[in-house]
Amino acid sequence: MASLFEYAPAPESRAVVDIAPSYGLFIDGEFAEAADGKVFKSVSPSTEEVLSEVARAGEADVERAVRAARKAFEKWSALPGAERAKYLFRIARIIQERSRELAVLETLDNGKPIKETRDADLPLVAAHFFYYAGWADKLDHAGFGANPRPLGVAGQVIPWNFPLLMLAWKIAPALATGNTVVLKPAETTPLSALFFADICRQAGLPKGVVNILPGYGDAGAALVAHPDVNKVAFTGSTAVGKEIARTVAGTDKKLTLELGGKGANIVFDDAPIDQAVEGIVTGIFFNQGQVCCAGSRLLVQESIQEELLDALKRRLSTLRLGDPLDKNTDIGAINSAEQLARITALADQGEAEGAERWSPACELPASGYWFAPTLFTNVTQAHTIARDEIFGPALSVLTFRTPDEAVAKANNTQYGLSAGIWTEKGSRILAVANKLRAGVVWANTFNKFDPTSPFGGYKESGFGREGGRHGLEAYLDV
Amino acid sequence: MSERLTVFKTYKLYVGGKFPRSESGRVYEVTDAKGNWLANAPQSSRKDARDAVVAARKAFGGWSNATAYLRGQILYRVAEMLEGRREQFTREVADAEGLSKSKAAAVVDAAVDRWVWYAGWTDKIGQVVGGANPAAGPFLNLSTPEPTGVVAVLAPQESSFLGLVSVIAPVIATGSTAVVVASEKAPLPALSLGEVLATSDVPGGVVNILSGRTAELAAPLAAHQDVNAIDLTGADAGLAKELEVAAADNLKRVLRPQAVDGDFTAAPGTERLTAFLETKTVWHPTGSLGASGSSY
Repeated sequence: MASLFEYAPAPESRAVVDIAPSYGLFIDGEFAEAADGKVFKSVSPSTEEVLSEVARAGEADVERAVRAARKAFEKWSALPGAERAKYLFRIARIIQERSRELAVLETLDNGKPIKETRDADLPLVAAHFFYYAGWADKLDHAGFGANPRPLGVAGQVIPWNFPLLMLAWKIAPALATGNTVVLKPAETTPLSALFFADICRQAGLPKGVVNILPGYGDAGAALVAHPDVNKVAFTGSTAVGKEIARTVAGTDKKLTLELGGKGANIVFDDAPIDQAVEGIVTGIFFNQGQVCCAGSRLLVQESIQEELLDALKRRLSTLRLGDPLDKNTDIGAINSAEQLARITALADQGEAEGAERWSPACELPASGYWFAPTLFTNVTQAHTIARDEIFGPALSVLTFRTPDEAVAKANNTQYGLSAGIWTEKGSRILAVANKLRAGVVWANTFNKFDPTSPFGGYKESGFGREGGRHGLEAYLDV
Repeated sequence: MSERLTVFKTYKLYVGGKFPRSESGRVYEVTDAKGNWLANAPQSSRKDARDAVVAARKAFGGWSNATAYLRGQILYRVAEMLEGRREQFTREVADAEGLSKSKAAAVVDAAVDRWVWYAGWTDKIGQVVGGANPAAGPFLNLSTPEPTGVVAVLAPQESSFLGLVSVIAPVIATGSTAVVVASEKAPLPALSLGEVLATSDVPGGVVNILSGRTAELAAPLAAHQDVNAIDLTGADAGLAKELEVAAADNLKRVLRPQAVDGDFTAAPGTERLTAFLETKTVWHPTGSLGASGSSY
């Protein structure tokens, strides 16, 4: 059977991207070594090849970067909005021009399929800058009163699952509103942020407006705690988010957090099965499930469970796992050995607690970090895999009988980031959506993003919104 | 060696993405502020105006259905193209309005920035003027702005370029299409703008530019049954009233002349965007899940 679907390899060329053997920190418009000279290696998770050696920021570097951002703030915030807008439009255009290069880079550094970086990450990154560029001279119209003011220096810490997109979500609104930034990319995916530094150079962005500090959690903690930082924005785990909330307690720092999730994808008995199957696959296997808003809990109405799961398993058998640079690849590599270990441990626990585990026949490459698409059935709400965020390509299937039960189960979580609803009945979509305690609800679709559309969580998925008019508020003194 | 003789440009209309002469074969003399001959501009006829409406209507479907993001990128592309032709427009504006080179350059810069301003509005105006309405009942009630359709635009008479851009950009930003009557005595920057639009990914027919006698062209446009709105900026008070009366025949949306003809340097608000928007409100029942308990 499998041989019928053999594809010839179709790798995207690596030649479009030129990765330097080493990178520094980007502070005040210059690349610089870390004060203590520390470095770390960024590896390609699909091959374990070392891509580059990157300076590792420490406390002294945070100090320098915040000082640079503070110095740049006065002029940057005083620029007419129309001029700030034009810088951001330049950045958006340069990202569009260099998007293939950045897509390949992101795929190499992150492990996600080129199909996704090329068709999702990069178009969204450019669009986000384009969108917020337009706000820079229209803040009076944004509904926050006349002449809303920026906060000052924004300290931003982003995750490894969408490195450049999360950078865009953080930097674009911050700059549009007149703040300057110090951004720390994740330790496993620092490269696209460093390429972004080069884009800032090409755009002629004034020095110090954007500072990039590759590093580990210690650098992030120092940044968040720095007394001259006015705004903290974090995307990452709920545990770290809580730690940050404690750190900024008692200060004037404005805080927004975009944290974990355990999204329910609810399929009613009248749903179009094939469409729902595609949505379920997108919901949990997009980016190997390393998505905070993943639809990681499938809630399926009992009467169609068998039909739906059969169709889902058939579909999963056609997913292609392997070389992320191959244009036919659906499932790429897990981002790091550490993350792979976490996924593996949770999946094993799911099995140990009594859930039934299934994966399609799937050969994993010999090197790199890989996890086969996995389905758990017979899952109860008490199971760890129904409660904890796995952040990997593993779907927990639960059933329900009535809409009320679906809502109760969907809301039975500490999280509240996303949810999906599959039914042909419009009024049911809206009735269920009204009851869901989640910041984003997708109906008959899943994992859709747009710069105009606010994104963010309820409950322990964090607070504040990114995207849209709403996303400006996080960076304004309002 | 004698000085090289320059090549004059034949100024033509911009209709449906093409550059036709007036079907009437008429031209009229355009001079600079000192009365020196600049060019013979097409003197468009009623038939040219009607052709332009047909082109604008044809373009409306595609343009109004384009995503706001795409429209924004295209308007921004116009700014990029215009920036590259800064010298040309500086010369044309200086001639047309009798400005010094540096003042004309400032006008052109402002016009480029105006395109950028409206490029940014395409995907924001919906959130600013639309939204969910808290109707007292189990309904989703959502209002969204939609473009009016074909808009006839009488461009300002004095501000031949910045004013022109300031009245065209908001019309097309939101998805309407435009039939523009250029400044009667200073139409050349407008006709040249057609060349910029034609190379900026703006689909043919989205903007159509006519030169000629404002009163002669405005009358058939104001009375045209397939024009949805008219911007009277370039009409004097007497003409504006006549046109508004004619426009009532099919209840065109009318934007009356503003007091500021000649001064388009001030930052625009949203008035010119909202003037050519309809509001559509959609109701949908939210149904009921029955008497469920806490939704937490």
